[in-house]
Amino acid sequence: MTGDRRENSLPPRRIQSLRTWNNHLSARCEVYRPERLRELEAIVGCPQLRDVICRGLGRSYSDCHLNEAGGVILQERLDRMLSFDFSSGILECEGGVALGDIIDCFLPRGFFPPVTPGTRFVTIGGAIANDVHGKNHHRDGSLGAHILSLSLLTAGGETLQCSPTKNPDLFWATVGGLGLTGVITSARVRLQHVSTGYMKVDIDRAPNLDAALEQFSETDERYQYSMAWIDALAGGGSLGRSVLIRGNHAEIEDLPAAQRRAPLAVRRRRRPSLPFYLPSFALNAASVRAFNQSYYVSHPDRTGSIVPYDSFFYPLDAIGNWYRLYGRRGFVQFQAVFPPEVSRRALIELLQEVSRSRRASFLAVLKVMGPAGKGLLSFPMAGHTLALDMANTGRDLAVFMCRLNELALAHGGRVYLAKDAFLTAEAAASMYPRLQRFRKIKMRIDPQGRFASSMARRIGLVESREA
Amino acid sequence: MSGAVLILGATTGIGRAVARELARTRRSLVVAGRDLEELQTLAADLRVRYGVGAVACRFDARASEGLGAFFRECVEAAGGRLEGVVLCFGYAGSQQRAESDWEETVAIIQTNFLSAVRLLNLAADHLKEAGAGFICGITSVAGDRGRQSNYIYGSAKAALGVYLQGLRDRLSGAGVTVTTIKPGFVDTPMTFGRPGLRGLASPQRVARVIRRAIERGRAVVYVPWFWRWIMLFLRLVPERIFRRLRL
Ligand SMILES: Cc1cc2nc3c(=O)[nH]c(=O)nc-3n(C[C@H](O)[C@H](O)[C@H](O)COP(=O)(O)OP(=O)(O)OC[C@H]3O[C@@H](n4cnc5c(N)ncnc54)[C@H](O)[C@@H]3O)c2cc1C
Ligand SMILES: NC(=O)c1ccc[n+]([C@@H]2O[C@H](COP(=O)([O-])OP(=O)(O)OC[C@H]3O[C@@H](n4cnc5c(N)ncnc54)[C@H](OP(=O)(O)O)[C@@H]3O)[C@@H](O)[C@H]2O)c1
Repeated sequence: MTGDRRENSLPPRRIQSLRTWNNHLSARCEVYRPERLRELEAIVGCPQLRDVICRGLGRSYSDCHLNEAGGVILQERLDRMLSFDFSSGILECEGGVALGDIIDCFLPRGFFPPVTPGTRFVTIGGAIANDVHGKNHHRDGSLGAHILSLSLLTAGGETLQCSPTKNPDLFWATVGGLGLTGVITSARVRLQHVSTGYMKVDIDRAPNLDAALEQFSETDERYQYSMAWIDALAGGGSLGRSVLIRGNHAEIEDLPAAQRRAPLAVRRRRRPSLPFYLPSFALNAASVRAFNQSYYVSHPDRTGSIVPYDSFFYPLDAIGNWYRLYGRRGFVQFQAVFPPEVSRRALIELLQEVSRSRRASFLAVLKVMGPAGKGLLSFPMAGHTLALDMANTGRDLAVFMCRLNELALAHGGRVYLAKDAFLTAEAAASMYPRLQRFRKIKMRIDPQGRFASSMARRIGLVESREA
Repeated sequence: MSGAVLILGATTGIGRAVARELARTRRSLVVAGRDLEELQTLAADLRVRYGVGAVACRFDARASEGLGAFFRECVEAAGGRLEGVVLCFGYAGSQQRAESDWEETVAIIQTNFLSAVRLLNLAADHLKEAGAGFICGITSVAGDRGRQSNYIYGSAKAALGVYLQGLRDRLSGAGVTVTTIKPGFVDTPMTFGRPGLRGLASPQRVARVIRRAIERGRAVVYVPWFWRWIMLFLRLVPERIFRRLRL
């Protein structure tokens, strides 16, 4: 067993083709899966390995957790919770702890993650490394704002404590840093207090983009959480028609009598999964148009609905493997954010482009973002963000995605590195003005380029390998 | 934390998953193994996640001395009384090395059989005195049929299986249940990186089965269940044909 094998040989590994969650990109990697801290250190320090990158639950759509012909260190078994302080809500846990586990353990005690992406199947380390945002970004900022400190195992084998006051450079390079500064072995995160496991939700339809933007700007401050599902196939006068879904954590008095007795006990739904890939023709412009139409029609305005937290935050988690809807070739996601001055114009052009292309996208989300945080490569900035899913149709999709990226760049927008598969180094550098600073810190902390990923090479965050 | 469950070999893999599964269902725990630092991290995890009592104790199944003192330490840490003992530690070793290296053979037999017997003897006496409790031992499907690829390990596990069977018999009137778990391939450090393995069971799934088997006082449980039938078949294959399979 590992304990006895460890001394004189390579740590156990698996040569494996790893994929992104959306089944679009893949890479052959040397995969490691430490269950002890010392094993992790041995892998990071192993001289036979040319470079490594961490992988959480692999829920990123980009190749940030892949490392072609290099090492990938799975974090999922370094998932121990280390301490919890009830009075402050501060949880210290290892980087491999899943967000869903945090909810399962702490919601019954009245706590909820400060920020959550649209799936509970992410790790804390992975979420920090992409500085993820949730529906509450306009109010609470991204996850990085709620991380009090973290321990970082660096290329030199040292573990450094980082926080906004201690090693702040390294801290803000690590928040959103795509795993390139080292391994986040543990982090302290402040959970928020909630009184119930339910959400009080308002649903408002907007017949077009302007109506949606207006409603956002007029009433968003009433809601901790806000987003809109947007019909990306609607054109003409209905361009950008949306269903705004906004809400707050419900208070006990909001609940119907039946739930009041155990306000924090929300039973998790069982997850059916798609047992196989749908043929790729199943999702086409017509079927998506029909879906979108019925979605829009079946969501009449409603105020104050009480729904369980998981159907509000994680509607997609209700079906395991839903990426199989898109067939074997998978799908891609485009997500960009635009500064408020230009966002209307940019969104219109984008939506026109998408609607014209008739590319199926039944998952399109629009949301207002608050001010940017301090993460050097963090995605969020003040403005509007739009996310669209599109089936992978091969070469022509790549051409189309590059067009969208150019469009984003032309409007001063920024593409989310957790989702991107097409960005060039030049575009990344113009979208992320603090990228040069990031590279400097990276050179200082990891001069040999020990931590590297397929994505980091693709967009020039690290040097490409010598042949 | 009186009435805690002792997990022997809890640091990684199945043992860690069993510790969590039992903590989730509100039992206090003593988690034991060689790697005290990691075990202390696990104990913290159990306390934080499930709000149960959890402490770590160190032992080495390879050491011939000190297991008695270790067991007393665990009982003490449990507040004087254990509710049950789950034996998870094991060492697959290298069959190839064991064939030419006596040390390796001894390591395999000592870990999987001798020390297991020593510790379970102590556990049996402790639980019998209380007149209640459970013992659960993990053997392996490898113990059901000798195969050229792992018969040293397999024979040690088979021996442990017979031991557990006898112990079950002995304790049957004493209010103590004895359960034998026979896992097939499980996705743990023991199998990680071994080529040619597919469809491994997750440690969580195995842990759930183990908890239920303990709660129901089952005698022998295969996990995943289909291994019972695979092994039944393999046992029925005549030697002459089995040899040609080169398993
Ligand atoms: C259905 C769905 C909905 C989503 N919704 C949102 C959303 O609303 N908002 C949003 O922001 N994102 C969203 N995402 C994206 C997702 O939140 C991020 O990609 C997240 O980073 C994934 O976490 P992970 O644990 O799977 O990490 P991975 O995808 O495995 O890795 C992500 C990055 O983290 C690094 N990393 C992982 N663990 C560590 C560690 N311990 N130390 C250092 N680096 C590490 C990796 O190297 C990689 O660069 C969504 C994804 C899906 C599939
Ligand atoms: N994985 C499988 O496919 C499979 C199949 C059939 C049966 N099993 C059996 O299932 C049990 C659990 O194995 P696993 O798969 O979970 O593997 P594992 O992760 O390697 O777990 C074995 C545990 O035993 C402990 N251990 C090993 N040697 C020890 C020693 N000398 N003294 C004290 N503790 C020791 C280790 O902790 P420390 O390093 O801290 O000591 C380790 O946590 C074993 O009995 C194994 O034989 C496994």
